[in-house]
Amino acid sequence: MKVTLKVWRQQSPNSAGRFETYPTPDLNPNMSFLEMLDVVNDDLTRQGKEPIAFAHDCREGICGTCGLSINGRPHGEGRGTATCQLYMRHFTEGQTITIEPFRAGPFPVLQDLIVDRSAFDRIMQKGGFVSVRTGSCQDANALPVAKPAAELAMDAAACIGCGACVASCKNASAMLFVSAKVSQLGLLPQGQPERHRRVLAMVAQMDREGFGNCTVTGSCEEACPKNISLAFIARMNRDYAVALLKGE
Amino acid sequence: MNLIGRLFCSSVGKKLIMAATGLGLVLFVFGHMVGNLQVFLGPEAINRYAELLHFSPELLWVVRLGMLTLIGLHIWAAFQVSAENRVARPVGYDGSPAPVETTYASRTMLMSGLIVAAFVIYHLLHYTVRVEAINFTGRSFADLKELSEAGVERHDVFKMVILGFSKPLVSLFYVVGVGLLSLHLSHGLRAMFQSLGLLTHRCGPLIRKLAPVLAWVLFLGYVSIPLAVMLGFGKEALN
Ligand code: HEM
Ligand code: FES
Repeated sequence: MKVTLKVWRQQSPNSAGRFETYPTPDLNPNMSFLEMLDVVNDDLTRQGKEPIAFAHDCREGICGTCGLSINGRPHGEGRGTATCQLYMRHFTEGQTITIEPFRAGPFPVLQDLIVDRSAFDRIMQKGGFVSVRTGSCQDANALPVAKPAAELAMDAAACIGCGACVASCKNASAMLFVSAKVSQLGLLPQGQPERHRRVLAMVAQMDREGFGNCTVTGSCEEACPKNISLAFIARMNRDYAVALLKGE
Repeated sequence: MNLIGRLFCSSVGKKLIMAATGLGLVLFVFGHMVGNLQVFLGPEAINRYAELLHFSPELLWVVRLGMLTLIGLHIWAAFQVSAENRVARPVGYDGSPAPVETTYASRTMLMSGLIVAAFVIYHLLHYTVRVEAINFTGRSFADLKELSEAGVERHDVFKMVILGFSKPLVSLFYVVGVGLLSLHLSHGLRAMFQSLGLLTHRCGPLIRKLAPVLAWVLFLGYVSIPLAVMLGFGKEALN
């Protein structure tokens, strides 16, 4: 199959970007979207053109590095998959596919389709951890965790920090990401001592980075490759309100 | 930092303000609707109810200033949040595609809210301040009086409502205003429970279903009054 790509090209963070259109060489429909870009890049290199820069790593939906807006949707059509898990068979022969970087003020474009998501790292550094003595190993069942809490914490921990929530939200809000990171620890006994300090610090950093506010539109949940639920945002809002009253 | 600073300056704090003031306003509009529906019980019921609301001017003003504070804070937070959201995405997507999974109501909250505010101002001038020029009936609502059973002169709210809604364009404006309020709340109620931290895994599904139902109840409850008057309800009171 062949498709036409309309791709955002941008030399550097400060240069102006523009769309370029490329016809692809013949593709195997069972290629992933990233493999398709590899093939296109081979072709561009052979023509002496600059290949399209895009971020990728595991290529199996677990690292959160890949992230493209495909026809205006972060990670493209389909629920619960990252860009690396999207296959060319979901497109039609001859279709024009628009590929853009994730758009948000706090995610500046570095080059072409690669954005700088270190804003997420700075939020994590403010509280996305538990402070523990890392001495000898603890007894396996010394800290009992109820099954439902463990399951819910695991659901939150499935977040791979790709930024699709920010990219899809009309307000470029990072609430789904931050709430998942707050909840994965707040649901477990190990996370309790720093629970209130954590939520205040992470939300403060989120605001400092310039992300928008949640207006509960539900786009993020739909775009999330890990199906993180909006309910975690409600949980974080409650944690935040309690932390305010406790006055940490 | 202290509680007030965090509440008024942080993103989540501002949403808490919006939700708490929204809750106050929602409780008011439901109470106001139930009160108004007494018009269907006839002149005596609604006029006595209006008399009761006015029994203490001091208390009435406390409630009015409270409502003004609620709506002021709500609008302040709405503008803050909307302005921050606009700058959070300086470069948009190609062709501005509608964001996935959003409802019309959720994308137009600021606009529906502002039109509701304009409607509320008209409504207050119409039935509370009773400005004659905007009721289009050529009669002064302030002069509509009747005697209560105890022989005390009181305002004839029943007659005022029938007279007020006998003008089709005025009734239409009320239907539009209340329609937009319901649109605002069809998303606002869900957002409110979310901001207050109640839309969790356990109660979320129920509240999500309940929000549009409550918005419809509000719409039908309020609209029934101008609609009934347009269809001839209470005509005899005008003779
Ligand atoms: C008067 C002008 C008004 C404006 C400009 C306004 C604006 C807004 C905006 C922008 C939002 C945020 C939407 C979102 O989260 O997606 C909102 C939320 C809300 N509004 Fe209003 N609104 C107004 C009046 C009202 C009234 C009269 C009521 C109730 C009777 C109300 C109830 C609510 C509720 C319950 C929410 C949800 C709070 C939340 O987001 O947590 N609003 N409003
Ligand atoms: S490359 Fe790791 S999630 Fe897609």
